[in-house]
Amino acid sequence: MSRIVVQEDRCKGCLLCTTVCPVDIIVQSDRFNVSGYKVAEVPEADADKCIGCASCALICPDVAIKVYKTPKKKGGK
Amino acid sequence: MIELNEKLVFDRPESVIDRPTHYCPGCHHGIAHRLIGELLDEMGLAEKTLLASSIGCSVFLYNYLNVDAVESPHGRAPAVATGMKRARPDKFVFTYQGDGDLASIGMAEIMHAANRGEKICVVFVNNTVYGMTGGQMAPTTLIGQSTTTTPNGRCQTHDGSPIRMTEIMATLGGVAYAARGSLDNVKNIRQAKKYLKKAFEFQTNETGFGFVELLSGCPTNWKMTPLQANERLQNEMIPYFPLGVYKDVSEDGGVC
Repeated sequence: MSRIVVQEDRCKGCLLCTTVCPVDIIVQSDRFNVSGYKVAEVPEADADKCIGCASCALICPDVAIKVYKTPKKKGGK
Repeated sequence: MIELNEKLVFDRPESVIDRPTHYCPGCHHGIAHRLIGELLDEMGLAEKTLLASSIGCSVFLYNYLNVDAVESPHGRAPAVATGMKRARPDKFVFTYQGDGDLASIGMAEIMHAANRGEKICVVFVNNTVYGMTGGQMAPTTLIGQSTTTTPNGRCQTHDGSPIRMTEIMATLGGVAYAARGSLDNVKNIRQAKKYLKKAFEFQTNETGFGFVELLSGCPTNWKMTPLQANERLQNEMIPYFPLGVYKDVSEDGGVC
């Protein structure tokens, strides 16, 4: 399973990450951060769909996204 | 549940300082900074890099890249970089300039530094407006584009045509490498990093002048949302400023 961690105080809510996600799971949340931007997030329900491609992190202008990836084990997940 | 064997596959490069940037949401400067930071780390150049920083939105670059920097007068970064490289040829020297800085105010400096074949690298971020000063027309502003000094759109007969800097650079004898990339999607960002790496290598192996233009968006001065600005970059800018390598002396048989 892969996951992304959005550093919420850095996210400026530009949503460029949403344009490049191949599985379309990144959305704008209803939360405001300390600077007043609505941050990007992956809803809990979609969290297991992340494939760890790091496209979102690659386009993030504020380097606010960290990507964690778990190597696949032999014989399934 | 967080699994124990998971790996951190993407994180901030060491050369990019962990601090919030002053850029507007959706500004592509941050992507360019990160690409440069990654390359300085990967190529082991961070400790011996000297940056000639410019005027414009990138004026605070010394706050974001963990390298030694000199703040140049407006447009004069290639002249400052020339001095630094000639005084300390063992150092890696690059400039980072916007289109108002490089293509207008600093046109003389960039042309002659390139023509002399100074062994420096120039990163040119083209967003078709003067960003920091409030969105005035730059030499690269597209025909019909509305700016604060061309409220009815840039008129070709009155204001001239947008300058294609990379094509001009490719015609100069001293230039070893000239390429144009874009920062609008994943494929182009990866390609832009390859261009930057090639330009940096032309300096590390002492071949000559490396020039990389990066097409970038300016949502605030284009009066668009970041996503609209990204689309404009793809639909309007890339057709006028075609991407690709315009000069590569290693493919032409090299220099003496």
